[in-house]
Amino acid sequence: MSTFLLEIVTPERKVYAEQVSMVIVKGVEGELGILPNHIPLVTPLKIAPVTIKKDRKEQVIAVNGGFIEVRKDKVVILAESAELPADIDIERAQAAKQRAEQRLSGKRDEFDFRRAEMSLQRAINRLDAKHRV
Amino acid sequence: MATNMRDIKREIKSKQNTKQITKAMELVAASRLRRAQEAALAARPYAEKMKEVVASIAAGTKGVKHPMLESRPIKKTGYLIITSDRGLAGGYNANIIRKLTLMIQEKHKSTDEYVLFVIGRKGRDHFRRRNMPIVEEVTGLPDSPSFADIKSIASAAVGNFEQGAYDELYLFYNEFVNALTQIPTAKRLLPLEEVGGSTAAANYEYEPSPEGVLEVLLPKYAETLIYSALLDGKASEFGARMTAMGNATKNATKMINNLTLTYNRARQAAITQEISEIVAGANAQS
Repeated sequence: MSTFLLEIVTPERKVYAEQVSMVIVKGVEGELGILPNHIPLVTPLKIAPVTIKKDRKEQVIAVNGGFIEVRKDKVVILAESAELPADIDIERAQAAKQRAEQRLSGKRDEFDFRRAEMSLQRAINRLDAKHRV
Repeated sequence: MATNMRDIKREIKSKQNTKQITKAMELVAASRLRRAQEAALAARPYAEKMKEVVASIAAGTKGVKHPMLESRPIKKTGYLIITSDRGLAGGYNANIIRKLTLMIQEKHKSTDEYVLFVIGRKGRDHFRRRNMPIVEEVTGLPDSPSFADIKSIASAAVGNFEQGAYDELYLFYNEFVNALTQIPTAKRLLPLEEVGGSTAAANYEYEPSPEGVLEVLLPKYAETLIYSALLDGKASEFGARMTAMGNATKNATKMINNLTLTYNRARQAAITQEISEIVAGANAQS
């Protein structure tokens, strides 16, 4: 089976670098499944779990605030944060989710609203990634 | 020997205590420096990748317009300065603060013409005491700061530029060369100068469009530059502190040596005097 190199890089470190056979991401325009020999592409990503298929196994990584760059020989995901399910702190994510929900139901200041929404998305993203394993 | 022996002894003791502290601080700074250097190194792939993609978009698509790439007539300037929370780091804070102060004095007549973003307690205290306009500040950063720690100040600095609150943004930090050398650096961050595009531009597809991708990418790129400057600054801080404390330890050792010499001389003088007094006394009796 043909594979390609997938790298996930955050400002702090390289989170993931392995040969994989497929990666599924949620771009701003919709979901993308990327197989080897995909046409070169750049697109920003939504805050969502990224699914990686490798040796018939699936792996999920919670990616937040990033974009994907597809090249002939490899695929790079650059993100502000990326967490393997094992690194996700469920209680913290749940607390963050509740906090964000409270804020959303409360005041309507536009800036705060957007911030709360983002943090809610991040929390849901983490929980989602964790539950899918 | 004029000085009292007991006084000298006390002074030696006090120098020894100081030396112990500076020595410990030197060792701590050395170990943190290593970690800071590793962090700076680990952050490099992200920054380089980011630059590569931005450059290849800029090279591949001619005439892309984005507010962050355009120079406007300069009416107001933003400065982001990175200092440390704690002192005892030689000229680390003084140098960078002086550089910024000089530039401000040169370019601006009143405080309406610029705003400051400050990272680090030392810088904040300095500028606040002088009533300079600080818009946002971050203090108490950990020794190995994460991206999330400075995300808010970085995006504020970049976002205000985008909204036109000021027309250029400078970044002031200590560039890390090695443990002995740190260069206070001023870098014009925004508007982004032509991102050096020597990379072979791959022909990418952009979703939704090159402009749309740049819209997301450029602020991120600028924030990344700020983050790497911060990591550089941290490494510089520990380098500067290590060198300063190393010098302090060396000076303390020298002083202790001199004092010990003085002390021994005084002791010997006292003994000699005592003997001659006894001899004189014995002679007088016989």
